[in-house]
Amino acid sequence: MKGNDKIRREYLSRFANRSYFMQGDESVAYGSLYAGCDFFAGYPITPASEVAEVMSAELPRVDGYYIQMEDELASLSAVIGAVWAGAKGMTATSGPGFSLMQENIGYAVMTETPCVIVNVQRSGPSTGQATKPAQGDIMQARWGTHGDHEIIALAPNSVQECFELAIEAFNLSEEYRTPVIILMDGEVGHMREKIIMPPLDKVKIRERKLATGDELLFGGELIPPMAEFGVGRFIHVTGSTHKESGIRDVESQQAHHTLVTRLCKKIADNRDRIIRFEENHLEDADFVVISYGATARPAAGAVLRARGEGKKIGMLRLITIWPFPESKVRELGARVKKIFVPEMNLGQLSREIERFVKCEVIPIPKIGGIAHTIDEIYSALKGEV
Amino acid sequence: MRTEIRIAGFGGQGVVLAGLLLGEAAIRDGKQAVQTQSYGPESRGGAARSEILISDEKIDYPKVIEADILVALSQEAFDKFRPAVRKGGTIIIDRDLVNAEADKVHSAPFTKMADNLGKKVVANSVMLGYLVASTEVISAESMQAVIREKVPKHTIDINLQAYDEGIEFWRQEK
Amino acid sequence: MDPDQYNRVVKAIGKRELFAQGDEAYAYGALLAGCRFFAGYPITPATETAEVMSELLPRVGGTHIQMEDEIASMGAIIGASLAGVKSMTVTSGPGFSLMQENIGYACMVEAPCVVVDVQRSGPSTGQPTEPSQGDIMQARWGSHGDYEIIALAPNSVQESLELTIECFNLSEKYRNPVFLMTDGEVGHMREGIILPDYGEYEINEREKPQRRPQEYVPFLPEEGKVPRIANFGCGYHTYLTGLTHKPDGLPATDDAGIHTQLVTRLCEKISEDTDKLTKVEELYLDDAEAAVVCYGITSRAALYAVKILRSRGKKVGYLRLITIWPFPEMVLRSLGAQVKRILVPEMNLGQLFHKVKEAVGHDTEVNKLSRIGGVMHSPQDIIEALKN
Repeated sequence: MKGNDKIRREYLSRFANRSYFMQGDESVAYGSLYAGCDFFAGYPITPASEVAEVMSAELPRVDGYYIQMEDELASLSAVIGAVWAGAKGMTATSGPGFSLMQENIGYAVMTETPCVIVNVQRSGPSTGQATKPAQGDIMQARWGTHGDHEIIALAPNSVQECFELAIEAFNLSEEYRTPVIILMDGEVGHMREKIIMPPLDKVKIRERKLATGDELLFGGELIPPMAEFGVGRFIHVTGSTHKESGIRDVESQQAHHTLVTRLCKKIADNRDRIIRFEENHLEDADFVVISYGATARPAAGAVLRARGEGKKIGMLRLITIWPFPESKVRELGARVKKIFVPEMNLGQLSREIERFVKCEVIPIPKIGGIAHTIDEIYSALKGEV
Repeated sequence: MRTEIRIAGFGGQGVVLAGLLLGEAAIRDGKQAVQTQSYGPESRGGAARSEILISDEKIDYPKVIEADILVALSQEAFDKFRPAVRKGGTIIIDRDLVNAEADKVHSAPFTKMADNLGKKVVANSVMLGYLVASTEVISAESMQAVIREKVPKHTIDINLQAYDEGIEFWRQEK
Repeated sequence: MDPDQYNRVVKAIGKRELFAQGDEAYAYGALLAGCRFFAGYPITPATETAEVMSELLPRVGGTHIQMEDEIASMGAIIGASLAGVKSMTVTSGPGFSLMQENIGYACMVEAPCVVVDVQRSGPSTGQPTEPSQGDIMQARWGSHGDYEIIALAPNSVQESLELTIECFNLSEKYRNPVFLMTDGEVGHMREGIILPDYGEYEINEREKPQRRPQEYVPFLPEEGKVPRIANFGCGYHTYLTGLTHKPDGLPATDDAGIHTQLVTRLCEKISEDTDKLTKVEELYLDDAEAAVVCYGITSRAALYAVKILRSRGKKVGYLRLITIWPFPEMVLRSLGAQVKRILVPEMNLGQLFHKVKEAVGHDTEVNKLSRIGGVMHSPQDIIEALKN
């Protein structure tokens, strides 16, 4: 399944150092192409269809494959299969499709299949407000599939960052052999901004570790090497509990415990290497706004305005949502008086933050498909700081 | 008093059904009973076990902690669960399937006896007869009534015959 | 339900006193609660419920359909429910994951229905025949968007029957899907049970709209926060959509106010009633200095352990959550104010543990005790953990 790298490089070279005015959806697609994505399977859904549109146009030009599947279940299945055949695969969807993918997300976790799932969040539950942005799937990204597992999820807040985090998502997925979710939102997805695409050789790509002999594919080390279908070695891939060889072993408590704790540990133990955030004005802060994704934009404006009035307020923008940056949040919580959490949901990450801090946490929830304004966040802060 | 019984063997031996029948019979005797089971996805051949707790009082923990009675119908089951039998507890084995070495056990050829009756699958009924007679953990009448009620209609006679032979075998060995 | 109907169910079941599996008890409870529609797809360890339903439903005038998958199963019970029939489905982890989209749909159209998740060891197909409590957080957060859910967890076969009845009552009362979060251990365990007498449990029936058809507004509550359902085909005009809708049911996806109002009401109808919905079992708590907080099958080991520790003079208490969602935060908060230590044994890597920790505050030590791989805690495990 792997595309021809020479063709890909040649084609992508035309974008180098040029600036474009494009949507977040488009940008995440180009970032994926830069990361080496050569397989996309998906099903159209507002506000994520533009990712598929770009991929359908561009993938054939980089010797990759694009398939529109019959639904979202099939889309993620196709991606998983293609990845085991050597491709770098991704899909893009929104809430309803993300719900449909939950079973196969668990399968990807269990089979340690690197892949990228873009969820351009829209206002739910159910079909909700199809064209309106939201951040309502934050907890679902963590807990949506059954059974104990860990997940990596990133949240970009600009079109440029959509590009960069697409590359990062692929890198993390290959490095940790796990599905990575890009939690965009309809706001960032449909927003147009200037983006500069770098030369391909300036982009650091981390490739999957491949078995060179008959190494174990599902154990032996925290992150075992992968192998590809069709290269002559025996591979057994199953979502059922398996031994380090990959062979099913569904009755042994030990086998299950070893497998599932390793799957969790490979992410949990590498928190510090995975987690990224952006800090602003935190040195002297007595108050802090914690935000992510599109909401971080008005939040930054509100913080600046309050600082202009001499308030000692700072901002922490989470780029990695899962694994949750608990030590950073704990450290902040120990030294500030109040934490404000604007989110485009009824308060999802604010509860997570509350778990790690003793100071007061004030959620600033908003739903209904209109992003917070600077004024709204500012007035929520004003009475409290 | 809490009596803990573990029946272990492989799929197809009627291990789960035997547990169910024991529990039913205990209820019929006016006692409390819990039966749990553990088996793999295969319908035959994989390890299977059934645990039955019988008590005069409400049963909190529904699993065997230290078995008062172990019925082992495979070598693997015997080796695995022998250490979890209470000191002075009763061990019952199928003597053709389990080598218990020097261990003090009750043993009978359940499978062979069933085979002689013309139906290997009634080995569990032979075993139940033997178990009930040797341990008196439930009344022989309740057990018999439950077999009559629970096994497939066309196999009632052969199951009851197997059950009786199990009881008889214990009486003669004793 | 009238006594005749009730007795018809009892007659179909056969006996009042049974030695039955949890899986069978969910079916019996459902039938006694008036469930007359079941759609499902077989999966270990939940299939026995479907077996009983397929056999008994036709005898009491109900319908059983085996669907092509779990997505369709959930779709079918939503449709049947809105046609006025109490409906349920049963599944395990993989099927529960597949149902997530339609669960969100059921929340949005406010379709009363019951989903039993007989949890098995995951993720993915994991260990099909092994029990677990690994879907506890998924029950709360598995579908996209903001919503609230009601979930109960039984710890015995008798309680399986009783809580299934309760699930139907709550689903009708709150017009919401209600989950019975049970597990493969309770599902496959057999215990003696007694079918309740007629009238022993209250059985809530769906209340008809008071307004006449021409005045009926499908999603405008006549009182409180729960609108009354006009069942399909009863002469009322109604409109259902998973899209954001106005009180008349028609989509209005461009208006932030309408969405906020709708979704807030959907959440508040449950969250504001948390105290009313909270059911817990409290034992040995009066003078307790430490406590075990547990739910489902794990509580059976916990209670056994607590009784042993009490007999040794240890001041250990026992709190069992019967209602898992909405999370009984206040109960935990007051427990946190009383005891110094809390132990949370779960058959997962620590899921409700986080909620307990969040609720009790930072001055109480909360420890988890995880078991995965299909083997439940032994009382000794819990005693050891409390010692340290």
